[in-house]
Amino acid sequence: MQVLFKKDKDTLTAYLNGDIDHHTAKSIRETIDSEMQRLMPGKLRLDFKNVHFMDSSGVGLVMGRYKTASVYGCAVSVCEMPSSVEKIMKMSGLGKIIEFEKD
Amino acid sequence: MKTVNEIKLTVDAKSVNEAYCRVAVASFASQLDPTVEEISDIKTAVSEAVTNCIVHAYRAKKGKIYITVSVTDDSTVIVKIRDNGIGIQDVKKAREPLFTTGGDDRSGLGFSVMECFSDKLRVYSKEGRGTTVTIYKKIRGKCDDDS
Ligand SMILES: Nc1ncnc2c1ncn2[C@@H]1O[C@H](COP(=O)(O)OP(=O)(O)O)[C@@H](O)[C@H]1O
Ligand SMILES: [Mg+2]
Repeated sequence: MQVLFKKDKDTLTAYLNGDIDHHTAKSIRETIDSEMQRLMPGKLRLDFKNVHFMDSSGVGLVMGRYKTASVYGCAVSVCEMPSSVEKIMKMSGLGKIIEFEKD
Repeated sequence: MKTVNEIKLTVDAKSVNEAYCRVAVASFASQLDPTVEEISDIKTAVSEAVTNCIVHAYRAKKGKIYITVSVTDDSTVIVKIRDNGIGIQDVKKAREPLFTTGGDDRSGLGFSVMECFSDKLRVYSKEGRGTTVTIYKKIRGKCDDDS
């Protein structure tokens, strides 16, 4: 799973790609955290357009990035979720603490 | 209900096999002509159960995961996932949302997801012996011709 990044002004967007499970979550987490540390953005956007499978490890990943980002005073949002990803995000209650971007 | 078809898989408890397990189960279940959402639900529930064997039951040590998938004459997929790991002391508590004995990035939502994405979930565990999780998913399909 590779993660592509784009920085636009104060916003860092991470484009996730492929399946997110316990096996892939570790390297995704490390990649995002090191990029956040390097660029110190005011906002982190996680783009799920190309994620076709995600289990609760993905929920843990988003929750963990939210906690890490808060330390830098950085806001987190998620966007472009396919319906399967949105289903698990919604049931997890993440919507209460993280912005679900609608276009 | 009667089992009409069944497969058994034995898989090493390695995280690289998580994807294989859910895809194999979903592929066998596809004979019941499920919807895209039903297939996705099965994959997610299986992924949770298999991950728990790797992360919790064997604590990243060597072990085997035993999976039996059957389909019944009333269009139900039954997935039994068994490990010989450490077992669960209090199953009721383990099934509560957000309960986890895992580290930072575990959400404690695995059992909630399995329950939500299936029709019935059975968990049997014995400390020091292992755990068996059984996921029941009724396949309604597109329900084109029976209204
Ligand atoms: N197969 C298993 N063997 C031993 N303990 C387990 C097993 N499955 C689940 N557990 C226990 O139940 C808890 C809750 O599991 P779960 O809801 O999947 O959340 P998580 O995996 O995020 O911790 C785990 O933290 C663990 O203590
Ligand atoms: Mg789990």
